[in-house]
Amino acid sequence: MIDRLRPHVPRGPRAVAWLGILTGLLAFWVELPPVATRWEGIRTPVVPLLIGLVAVVLGAYAVRRGVVRLGWGAMVAGVAGIGLGYLATRSGVGHLDQVVVWSALIAAMLRYATPLTFAAMGGIFSERSGVTNIALEGMLLSGAFFGILAADKLESWALGLLAAALSGALFALVHAFFAIHLRADQIVGGFAINFLALGITGYLFLDIYGGQGTPTDIPEIPDVHLSFLKDWYFIGPILGQLNLMIWLAIATVVLSWFVLFKTPIGLRIRAVGEHPRAAETVGISVYATRYAAVVLSGVLAALGGAYLSIGFVNSFNQNMTAGRGFIALAVVICGNWRPFTAAAIALLFGFSSALAQRLPAYSESAAVLFQALPYVLTLIVVAGVIGRSIPPAAVGRPYKKQ
Amino acid sequence: MSDLEGGAPEEPGKAEQPRGGGDYAPSVAGKLAVWHRAGGVAVPLLTTILAFFIGGLVVLVTTGKNPLTTYKAIFEGSGLNWFLEVGSYDIRLPFSETRVPFPWNTNDFESLAAVNLQQTLIIWIPLVLTGLAVAFAFRCGMFNIGGQGQYLAGAIMAVWIGSSLPGLPGIVHILFAVIAGSLVGALWAGIAGLLKAAVGAHEVITTIMLNWIAVWVGVFLFGLGGPLQNDTQPSVPVSNDVLEEPKLTIFWGDPVLQGLHVGFFVALAALVVYWITLNRTTLGYEVRAVGFNPEAARYGGISVARNYFLAMAISGTFAGLAGALDILGWQFRINTNDVTITSLVAFTGIAVALLGRNTAIGIGLAGLLFAALTVGTSTRNLDPEIFRPELASNLTVMIQGLVVLFVGADVLVLYVLHKLRLRKRVSA
Repeated sequence: MIDRLRPHVPRGPRAVAWLGILTGLLAFWVELPPVATRWEGIRTPVVPLLIGLVAVVLGAYAVRRGVVRLGWGAMVAGVAGIGLGYLATRSGVGHLDQVVVWSALIAAMLRYATPLTFAAMGGIFSERSGVTNIALEGMLLSGAFFGILAADKLESWALGLLAAALSGALFALVHAFFAIHLRADQIVGGFAINFLALGITGYLFLDIYGGQGTPTDIPEIPDVHLSFLKDWYFIGPILGQLNLMIWLAIATVVLSWFVLFKTPIGLRIRAVGEHPRAAETVGISVYATRYAAVVLSGVLAALGGAYLSIGFVNSFNQNMTAGRGFIALAVVICGNWRPFTAAAIALLFGFSSALAQRLPAYSESAAVLFQALPYVLTLIVVAGVIGRSIPPAAVGRPYKKQ
Repeated sequence: MSDLEGGAPEEPGKAEQPRGGGDYAPSVAGKLAVWHRAGGVAVPLLTTILAFFIGGLVVLVTTGKNPLTTYKAIFEGSGLNWFLEVGSYDIRLPFSETRVPFPWNTNDFESLAAVNLQQTLIIWIPLVLTGLAVAFAFRCGMFNIGGQGQYLAGAIMAVWIGSSLPGLPGIVHILFAVIAGSLVGALWAGIAGLLKAAVGAHEVITTIMLNWIAVWVGVFLFGLGGPLQNDTQPSVPVSNDVLEEPKLTIFWGDPVLQGLHVGFFVALAALVVYWITLNRTTLGYEVRAVGFNPEAARYGGISVARNYFLAMAISGTFAGLAGALDILGWQFRINTNDVTITSLVAFTGIAVALLGRNTAIGIGLAGLLFAALTVGTSTRNLDPEIFRPELASNLTVMIQGLVVLFVGADVLVLYVLHKLRLRKRVSA
């Protein structure tokens, strides 16, 4: 096992650059609770300045030795660490204690990241098979609505999940039919699905629940209580009572990676998305594979939506997903169409949402502006400043059977 | 056809697969060419009918109401029935006292139909302009989903300028606000164009991100404690009101309530400018060449990157103009809810451009259809006895979705037509 991991461990200047990035983060971290509250003496601007400078020097060294991108990353991390660390020393301890509660932040991060992760895994399957899926937003929304509708009417959260999955599959089937058989433009078609889902869920929601909104006694997806973890330091409060769907999301990520990269099915999906003609030549049905992948993406996205409505906020509102599907799309792209990378990006987005929830303690308006950060980050990533993301070669191209 | 396919992702430098004609379903493409020459109205028309038919089914199945009565109520709510009453009236030409014969009674601006029609035309203005924003980028092979952000950028700029600088003469103030709004829209879209041109970043992703950045910046600016929040009520997240001088003149309707403002003529002019730019200028030629086939355009000496950037910037100008005109014409202020809701008009602009097949006339007509639907289903205009307006506005969204879905898949419509004709031939 260790031998197999060895090539992945950075060495030489790359290791220095990574060390620089971590040092930069350290410059900020030491000024935050619990460190800053335990040793008052550390709350002086000199500390982050010194640590940050070390990070910059490490980065500069890495750049000189040819590791340009990571090196610059370390230098940026160093400067950011100095700046943020300085800000933290200026802020009152009370505020810091209120905002930076790591266990709560991380638990919130997991909650916010879960719908994104489900939708992103769906997006990865669909796009790896060569079908652009900007309909993730609509599929999330349909999952959210039909999940809560079935949970309410059939009085079972499990049936709610099932109904959500079915509705997502149905929307995905429409998308797949137009994208694959009719060879319509996949972006236009996906966009239409978003409109349709918005209209249909809004229509049915008002028709069924009217102005009062969804009732409050809807069966919810339960939390998983791990009582043996309760007394563990730090981990206990985070993992002790997570929602079932969060664990499912984690399992989905691992499964997605396994299926895509370790099984013949995954190989087929990827082949169809990279070079459909070649795949067909060796006997893979391009249409069937793409249909399956798109429908799977609908099911996964809808499960994420169902978590939103019956696992997270326990109600439904018109257009309640509010663009999360588009963020999931960004997660897919920033994650380079790889499950683990995408999950990491989803966590990053989730963390910034969790932080934005708590920042109003400092300033209401600055917290609002902070909400734009994930989108700016995505823009930067797409622009290729931090690593280049390379889509599957045939994504978005209709395929005509020979 | 290639207009619609232009949205497919492309990596610069990657070999192009043949599209449009060639081996891409040649028989269907051939048929399409015939339909295009026949006016290209068949698909949009059939699409609309089909979408309304399905919408009617939804009404029938879910509420048991007669879909035709519902549609009639929506039609009357939109004020389009104003056109049904034809007589011999006259109208004053702008900037003169001359009166010319006109088939409709414009002097009556207080009847219900006239007021409703004014509302429809007020919505028509931003729909046409955001439709043009989508269409221009389409012609260059790009899908500009960023109308929302560009519209917002223009609106924010216009409300900022319009509510400050007191004492400026009206016309100067208006021009300043409108031009600045358009330029900010152009800049916002230009970022996406630049990224596409420089590093090949897909414009769909970048414009979606720019939309959300614009939304949050808007919420920040006008929200509590934000830099552009109003000066008088610290607890209300709304901008200052636009001053009296820079408000656009209302030429039809009650100026105290809400009438049709001169932005109507700007939108008409924009349709003409769009047509001329695309069909009668070198820039338009290059843009269309890039849209048809970037590789061929590059081979012919056209700078693809430059055209990507320019097409996006021009797109953004249209959308920014829409935002500025809405602010100066009838909204006069933005609150943080508007930031997310009003700007959704830009998404309808996508349906307008698609249904209008990216032509000037088509966009004008499709804009009228969707404006009428939007106004006809609004809470104020639709009789709740006949159909609940909240439901109806969702029906509008559904119909929009169906239209986009079917227009995107014109192969389907053509296939059906093809099959019908074959059957006729066999039976004959």
